[in-house]
Amino acid sequence: MSLEVEDPRLVEFDVQTDEMLVNMGPQHPSTHGVLRLLLRTDGEIVHEVTPHIGYLHRCAEKIGENLSPPQWIPYTDRMDYLAGMNMNLGMSLAVEKLIDMEVPEKAMVLRVIIAELGRIASHLVAMGTYGLDLGTFSPFLWAFREREIILDLFEDVCGARLTYSYITVGGATHDLPSKTTIPPGLASLTRRNSNTTLSWIDAVTIFLDWLEPRIQEYHTLLTRNQIFIKRTATIGELHRTMAIDYGCTGPVLRGSGVDWDLRRDGEPIYTRMYEGYNWKIPVAPFEDAPPEVVLGDNWCRFYVRMCEVVEAIALIRQGIQRYPNADGPYRLPYKLNRKLPNDECYMETECPRGAMGFYFVGNGKAEPLRARAKSSCFCNLSVTALLSRGMLIADVPAIVGSLDVVMGEIDR
Amino acid sequence: MTVEEIYQLLVDEFGDQKITGVNLEAKDPWIEVGTDAIVEVAAFMKNDERLRFEHLNNLCGVDYYEPDSKNGAKFEHEPHVEVVYHLSSYSLRHSAVLKVKLPRWKNDQEGQLPEVLSVSGVWSIAEWHECEAFDLVGIQFVGHPNLQRILCPEDWVGHPLRKDYEFPLEYHGIRGK
Repeated sequence: MSLEVEDPRLVEFDVQTDEMLVNMGPQHPSTHGVLRLLLRTDGEIVHEVTPHIGYLHRCAEKIGENLSPPQWIPYTDRMDYLAGMNMNLGMSLAVEKLIDMEVPEKAMVLRVIIAELGRIASHLVAMGTYGLDLGTFSPFLWAFREREIILDLFEDVCGARLTYSYITVGGATHDLPSKTTIPPGLASLTRRNSNTTLSWIDAVTIFLDWLEPRIQEYHTLLTRNQIFIKRTATIGELHRTMAIDYGCTGPVLRGSGVDWDLRRDGEPIYTRMYEGYNWKIPVAPFEDAPPEVVLGDNWCRFYVRMCEVVEAIALIRQGIQRYPNADGPYRLPYKLNRKLPNDECYMETECPRGAMGFYFVGNGKAEPLRARAKSSCFCNLSVTALLSRGMLIADVPAIVGSLDVVMGEIDR
Repeated sequence: MTVEEIYQLLVDEFGDQKITGVNLEAKDPWIEVGTDAIVEVAAFMKNDERLRFEHLNNLCGVDYYEPDSKNGAKFEHEPHVEVVYHLSSYSLRHSAVLKVKLPRWKNDQEGQLPEVLSVSGVWSIAEWHECEAFDLVGIQFVGHPNLQRILCPEDWVGHPLRKDYEFPLEYHGIRGK
């Protein structure tokens, strides 16, 4: 393995020593779950990284072949447990595409509000844990404080805090509650009486009004922090062609400068949900980036997520405006033993971590012949080996963290 | 470009021998490709100016088989295994599905995995997807640089997504069932 000595960071380490094999994980805090990275190192320099996955494999696809689709929904939010709502949505849309079901307007608006709240919660965790990877603890606590309120709001909607199974085939299991108590975290942060009762929609509005100015604080704390920039800029540079070749999607792809978001560019059954909304898709390079930053590095991927939080807030606000006037019921009935047609379909949706695909092959029975979940993190993780080559050991967590992987989704 | 046009283009380029069928009625219309031709067809689809399928969305295996003889009469498919390739193009904004049909076992001998050429040289991500298809569905990808189990343990026996797969009763002292 030849090292580029022109790189000033490597000159210091130009002396070769014996190679060593080091296991990072599978319980290492910076590997985001049970991921094992086998590093071949020469001193501090990483020559090769081999990711070993599968520690969290729970046979989700095999289970899916033995259950009818609505029964499989609880398994989907256990795949990506940080964005359960978005996973529910992806699977429901795939089944709806297969059986030609078009959900009513109200269900669509409701799904946009819920899915974008889920995206904010997921990106907050991505931000917080990325801070942890790089050795700063405060952003993590801040992110979880905000996320707690979203979880409380979700609890009011469906009773669950992590594995929701809320969005289902045909719409959602419940309508948004008309009356709810303000989440305790939100009450104390906005200095309101904790017994305040209000509609769920109003609680979301109060939360968004409180959250929006906080984004700027995160930027001050993390994004524009000189130490953070030193740890992320020019590290883990993923070129556009490589990102496409390795099937990267979501913020990783957009961080490499490909303008592609399935909410705008996806299939009609999905894009019609977002029709008429006014929002932007953040794509690197950014005009307001610090001068050290290059296209496709860790900083770009991180910043794409932060910008997506802002856009998600805008989407939810517009959804809330539409919700009172949206027509139709919140759910169309779907019988548990409804027979799937002798057909097949593949459907991708934009989950917080990338394009999550569901592939169903129907066989005239209620259970599909094949239920496949194509994981976005699975593809995103495959570039780790490429990005970490020639880097320092301390940069490996920075690279893995910037890809924002969730092992539950990779292993299924 | 519609799937019908893509199909015509592929037939003109490769002929009926290599492009063996098409189904335009399906939700996602698919084109069937001969086992030996998949790599050249894949490379053509990625590099041709009119197609430019630079993104492999998904690659997976499907086992068409009904182990229960009672339901066997209702099962409309011949027993076989399929490899499905979902492709899309960022620049031209179209998508396509390729399929390769394989026998369930090579030479009809149970336990011998069916073989298909690997497309990992065309799309790098196929390397991981093919490991997964090998691991779970039991398909041998010829020409793959490092074909090994990726989700199951290395010493696992059998391929779980085969319809006639039997769950092991014991694994390293851990009781199953």
